[in-house]
Amino acid sequence: MAGRVAKLPPRPTAFRNARLIDPASGLDAVGGLLVVDGLIADVGPAIGRDGLAESFEIVECGGHCLAPGLVDMRVQLREPGEEHKETIASASLAAAAGGVTSMVALPNTTPVVDDMAGLEFIARRAREAKGTKIYSYGAVTRGLAGKDLAELGLLAESGAVAFTDGLAAIADARVMRRALSYGSTYGLLIVQHPEEPQLADGGAMNSGELATRLGLAGIPRAAEVMMIERDLHLVAMTGARYHVAHISTAAAIDAIRAAKERGLKVTCDTAPPYFTLNETEVGDYRTFAKLSPPLRAEADRAAVAAAVADGTIDCIASDHAPHDQESKRVPFALAAPGIVGLETLLPLSLGLFHNGQIGLLELFKRLARSPADILALPQGRFGRGAPADLVLFDLERAGRIEVDRFRSKSKNSPYDGRPVQGRVLRTVVDGRTVFEAEP
Amino acid sequence: MSPTPSSPAPLLYRHRHLLGIEGLTRPEIGSLLDLSESYIEPIRSKTKSALLVGRTVINLFFENSTRTRTSFELAAKRLGADVINMQVQASSIKKGETLLDTAMTLNAMHPDVLVVRHPDSGAVNLLSQKVDGAVINAGDGSHEHPTQALLDAVTIRRRRGRLEGQLVAICGDVLHSRVARSNIHLLTTMGARVRVIAPPTLLPAAIERLGVEAFTDMRKGLKDCDIVMMLRLQSERMHGSHVPSTREYFHFFGLDYGKLDAAKPDALIMHPGPMNRGVEIDSEVADDIDRSAIREQVEMGVAVRMACLDVLTRPLRSNAEA
Repeated sequence: MAGRVAKLPPRPTAFRNARLIDPASGLDAVGGLLVVDGLIADVGPAIGRDGLAESFEIVECGGHCLAPGLVDMRVQLREPGEEHKETIASASLAAAAGGVTSMVALPNTTPVVDDMAGLEFIARRAREAKGTKIYSYGAVTRGLAGKDLAELGLLAESGAVAFTDGLAAIADARVMRRALSYGSTYGLLIVQHPEEPQLADGGAMNSGELATRLGLAGIPRAAEVMMIERDLHLVAMTGARYHVAHISTAAAIDAIRAAKERGLKVTCDTAPPYFTLNETEVGDYRTFAKLSPPLRAEADRAAVAAAVADGTIDCIASDHAPHDQESKRVPFALAAPGIVGLETLLPLSLGLFHNGQIGLLELFKRLARSPADILALPQGRFGRGAPADLVLFDLERAGRIEVDRFRSKSKNSPYDGRPVQGRVLRTVVDGRTVFEAEP
Repeated sequence: MSPTPSSPAPLLYRHRHLLGIEGLTRPEIGSLLDLSESYIEPIRSKTKSALLVGRTVINLFFENSTRTRTSFELAAKRLGADVINMQVQASSIKKGETLLDTAMTLNAMHPDVLVVRHPDSGAVNLLSQKVDGAVINAGDGSHEHPTQALLDAVTIRRRRGRLEGQLVAICGDVLHSRVARSNIHLLTTMGARVRVIAPPTLLPAAIERLGVEAFTDMRKGLKDCDIVMMLRLQSERMHGSHVPSTREYFHFFGLDYGKLDAAKPDALIMHPGPMNRGVEIDSEVADDIDRSAIREQVEMGVAVRMACLDVLTRPLRSNAEA
């Protein structure tokens, strides 16, 4: 019987007395938001002021911020293939706890998502998890091997929202040209991991004094910008849509800024480590600070933060990369790169707001509206008829990041104990509450 | 049977492990060098000490080594310790047992000292966090090889009387060399001036930030040097080719009498071994008994390792006495 009850559509819900943050309309005011049948029915300062119909379930927001849920465009799910690190179910819980209502999974699972069956598997498991919405990238090349194009058109018809080879750069210029050219026919978005692989080969951290002291092979910063600049020539040739993932260097930002000024269809994202940490975090071989691309110099970190603020960097993604202890408790050069990020994305990003570097509306453009726009998803905004994907959060609440409380199966984060300001109170997907903080 | 303290010098080195030279102070290094020198006479007179009787030293080598392992083994035996040598092939690590599994297994055998060599930078630091005994880094990747730097320093000090003010050239494959890094830290801390000389492809990024002057021309770099330290060309650590050929490398960077002329007339030649004759050093130069300190380096190696074993087991021994 319980199952039948659950299938009923949720009651209409009214969020009352919230600080409404809508990056699409520029709304930042106290008011209310109505949800009917999983969609936003109305929003604005007047709602809830003069009472509400009895049919509504009331959520009293206590003046806290209500914003579009985060759209995280770069997540590794590990399912299928490495379920001991993360599953679609555990990632959904982690995302919900982090205020992420949509996430896009990289295709670097085992097997690789380079055919329709892979997409369908993830879609089915995501429906079963009943939490955060999960979208998939399709592979650009079969097996992520960088040689032969995957069935981009068919994958797109089956639901792939964009295409990438995940952690691997599409290194071969001819393959990249073909991917961009072919993809442009269908308006497909190609997402690049910007790193010249030969130049980065064997490298474990940013090239420089610290790598030299630690005796670790370095990855020069130029490896990033040179791949982007090559691609920009191909983008200009093909007129394709091109997105650069996890930007980490000042030079790459300059290249993207110039390309945007030239009118190319170029966008990019970064992840919180690249504006909150620098290479010194590696310290005494801390493998939790090993990322790809690597943490860079302080000047790069500052440039990334500034580019998030001025909009050259369009989106902030978590770059969620779950790893078990065996992948990290090894010598630095052998350790797997990446950190879990779903549950720290919002508080770390809010750091930019609390530092005075960015306004809340702009920040939610990076976190929700722009990624949704780039991926042509209807969420990330408060429009009437948009999906009711929401995050309610306490902007000021101070606390510390505690990895032991992460819902993610993996705890590989360098942020344990870091003081942060901002806490998710409730996460709503299609009008259903998928996470509610303990009082 | 109660052993007498081997040196009256005050103990200044108070760390639990010896993982690297970086971060050590001048007095700490000085006291290690003093203690090392005090072990030279017992080695030469073949006097065996009972300092470490009943103590266990495990030489855990994840990389092939004959020289360093033998030197540590001899040092430990001269002090009366029980020594176990474990040569672990990197391949068996890949078979599943991780570095830390190996560390835990050995730790359960309660060794007093673990002497560890590993092909990856930082591996010895990682291992030291998981074991109860003292750990001596016998070389980790391209990071550090502290006992080599100490033995080089003892050698220089005995030949030249002091380290301060010496002009030392470290030549060759600096990029991959843990010996170079440990020597740079030690020599700059002790007040020597250090140059590194190598083709740009074998110089690490920002090396001058370690307090050295970088040269890419042997004759210019060697000019007026007191000490010439040659490094082994480490082809096994190279990703791809860093120099066009060993012939070309020898032509421009191999130490021969022609290039040595630029250094001071009595400049001392050193090499950590094993040498690639005809690659980084001319055979005649290497064997020149008037100029080369290479054999003495090996001898000092045993003394330095005895001193390190002595120092790191002092807390244990004082606990045992109490």
